[in-house]
Amino acid sequence: MAETVRPLKATERTIGRTARLAARPGGRLVFVPALTLALFLAPIGLGLIGTWAPAIGYLPALGGTALSLDPWRQLAAAPGLAGAVRLTLVTGFLSTALALALAFSLLAAWHGRPAFDRFRRLLGPLLAMPHAALAIGLAFLLSPSGWLARIVSPWATGWQRPPDLLLVQDPHGLALTLGLVLKEAPFLLLMGLAALNQIDAGRSVALARTAGYGPTMAWAKTVLPRLYPLVRLPVYAVLAYSLSVVDMAMILGPATPPPLAPLVLRWFDDPDLGHRFMAAAGACLQFALVAGAIAAWHGVERLVARLARPWLSAGGRGGGGALLRLVSGTAGTAAIAAAGLSVAALALWSLARRWRFPDALPGEWSLGNWMRSVDGLAPPAVTTLSVGLAATLIALALAVGCLEYERRAGIRPTTRALWLLYTPLLVPQIAFLFGIQVFLVAVRLDGSWLALTWSHLLFVLPYVFLSLADPWRRLDERYRRIGACLGAGPARVFWRITVPMLLRPILVAGAVGFSVSVAQYLPTLFAGAGRLSSLTTEAVGLAAGADRRVAAVFAFAQMALPSLGFMIALAVPAMLYRHRRGLQA
Amino acid sequence: MKAQTGLTLDRVTLGLGGVRLLGPLSLTVAPGEIVTLMGPSGSGKSSLLALICGTLDPVFTTSGQMLLNGRPLDGLPPERRGVGILFQDDLLFPHLSVGENLAFALPPGLRGRAARRARVEAALAEAGMAGFADRDPATLSGGQRARAALMRTLLAEPAALLLDEPFSKLDAKLKTRFRDFVFDHARGLGLPTLLVTHDPADAAATGGPVIEQPATADPPQRSS
Repeated sequence: MAETVRPLKATERTIGRTARLAARPGGRLVFVPALTLALFLAPIGLGLIGTWAPAIGYLPALGGTALSLDPWRQLAAAPGLAGAVRLTLVTGFLSTALALALAFSLLAAWHGRPAFDRFRRLLGPLLAMPHAALAIGLAFLLSPSGWLARIVSPWATGWQRPPDLLLVQDPHGLALTLGLVLKEAPFLLLMGLAALNQIDAGRSVALARTAGYGPTMAWAKTVLPRLYPLVRLPVYAVLAYSLSVVDMAMILGPATPPPLAPLVLRWFDDPDLGHRFMAAAGACLQFALVAGAIAAWHGVERLVARLARPWLSAGGRGGGGALLRLVSGTAGTAAIAAAGLSVAALALWSLARRWRFPDALPGEWSLGNWMRSVDGLAPPAVTTLSVGLAATLIALALAVGCLEYERRAGIRPTTRALWLLYTPLLVPQIAFLFGIQVFLVAVRLDGSWLALTWSHLLFVLPYVFLSLADPWRRLDERYRRIGACLGAGPARVFWRITVPMLLRPILVAGAVGFSVSVAQYLPTLFAGAGRLSSLTTEAVGLAAGADRRVAAVFAFAQMALPSLGFMIALAVPAMLYRHRRGLQA
Repeated sequence: MKAQTGLTLDRVTLGLGGVRLLGPLSLTVAPGEIVTLMGPSGSGKSSLLALICGTLDPVFTTSGQMLLNGRPLDGLPPERRGVGILFQDDLLFPHLSVGENLAFALPPGLRGRAARRARVEAALAEAGMAGFADRDPATLSGGQRARAALMRTLLAEPAALLLDEPFSKLDAKLKTRFRDFVFDHARGLGLPTLLVTHDPADAAATGGPVIEQPATADPPQRSS
């Protein structure tokens, strides 16, 4: 029979046997986080060291055995260095600031409105688009002989032949900035949307509005200060990426001088092997540039936070927000339109047999471009597909292992772990890929499928993890508990409850990972070592060539693969669970 | 076959971050008996149930001993304890049909698709839901979901039943009927049953002992 509970006395804490009653296995999964970190942090560490050493003259394979500062002297004397650094900083900061402004102003002005939900559905395809394909499509759209010029000629402009204007590859990097904004704003918007779920934004805004604040001001004063810290790391990742982008810069950026990262790549590729030392120094400079830029951005953050503090409670109510709605809505629509037209331009060029200048559409259509490209398309397509699938599956397995371990061991995710995860996205690729190549050559793995897959894994893994972590952690733990109480062991709970309930986020994370792999340019270049090429390296190579039609075929194929991945990721659960209303998104 | 001595807790305590939340608590629930544990929210009642069924978050510290029909539960994984639990949400798996939800709980010893299906159909009929096996759980009414959840718990053939405020989300009329349904089944199967609630009417309906649990300490705020 039941006794009553005795009230607590402090001394009773030690009374009685202190056996732990709760069974709590972390199991063999305990090794997964360590393995994951080793797999993707060790190469970056090795790569950085392998790049720093030649920067101070040490690279025995090329006869560099004495330490010296010569690489740095060479770097300082390199023609165009100052211009390259200036261009890098301008395009990097400008595109990040614009992308952030666009993403946040759309959230501030449009979040919670029905139009926004329609807009939001367009973000996924935009995000799945590889940088290179978007850049090529944008160049086909904006260049003097591009589609836009053709649409408005000759009736509006009088142009009978392409005008002599630098509309892409302009010396100020404006086309590059535009391309980066198109690609990074959707990413920041999605990260912002995910973060909004955590801070109950809707009720905060509603409360502020009942106090007389206009909708935008309510958002800016109650949501923004809590939202920004949650998207800080993605913003840094965007900044780091914009400062060190190579493929987009080669297609949309100026050539003399290019931004620093493509310039350094040019030196690494120089037939004169002696340039490797200067290139390594340039890679170090790139690293320092990004580190300094992130520090500077952080400083500005703190300054803004301090200066804006009094403003938060100064009482200004703001207006109806119509202007911001108009401006951000127009900019957002223009961005979507530009991306959509770029895709269309790729499709048109890939199907054009003949397309004379002022004609708005090709004069003759043909599948010939595709037919002729099949032989050239197949090997890089197979590489892209196999490397992408392998890297994605490994990343999924590791991410799931880490998340399951975290859950079973009851570990709460920390900010420090998040920084580790972001490392491959914050360190510029050019700053460590050469070092990895040196290492790969030493172990005779350069140009191998394994090395290529591993190099892609470094970048696939963080995105897969980030995409999966939130839904994984949010799954109601009681489903698993009730499964266990119904007699299912951990394996059965995992396969019969966790995986089916999370099937959609798992497949979406896989599609994200696959699209990241497909988009990799620099890792493919370095780890592929010229022996393995992907659709991306081929498309970027062809973009500089004379034949737009072949470039369009490759760029379109590069874009189609990840889109296909997303379609499968959305269609499979929709079909499997068509009779399960509780699981429909 | 072990002696049916019911569920015994011996000086069980539960703490979090050095603060005692509950206990030491000693009690015995005889087979077919329903014991009610009442107390303010945050006093660790639900955590006690999680401790008994083996799903307690490892951040908690615990001591004491628990026996089910003479068998110590300490250290056993939840799937081998034979303790069934019902929460205030039905937690029917949304990816499975109603019938699959129930079949999930059936012990693997019951072999053959037809036999398993028959057992599920019988359980559904018992809950007044004959022919519901292929339905999507999301299409059921609140009362149907609650009954299906109970049948699922019972099909696992537990040796004890824990009730974690399973009636608190139902409206008044449904509540009384579902409560009787649960209690009738628990008594009929001779299950030692531990009910956690903050509704005195639930406690009164059990006809069994009630433990009023005082707040032993300021319940710490758990960050979610």
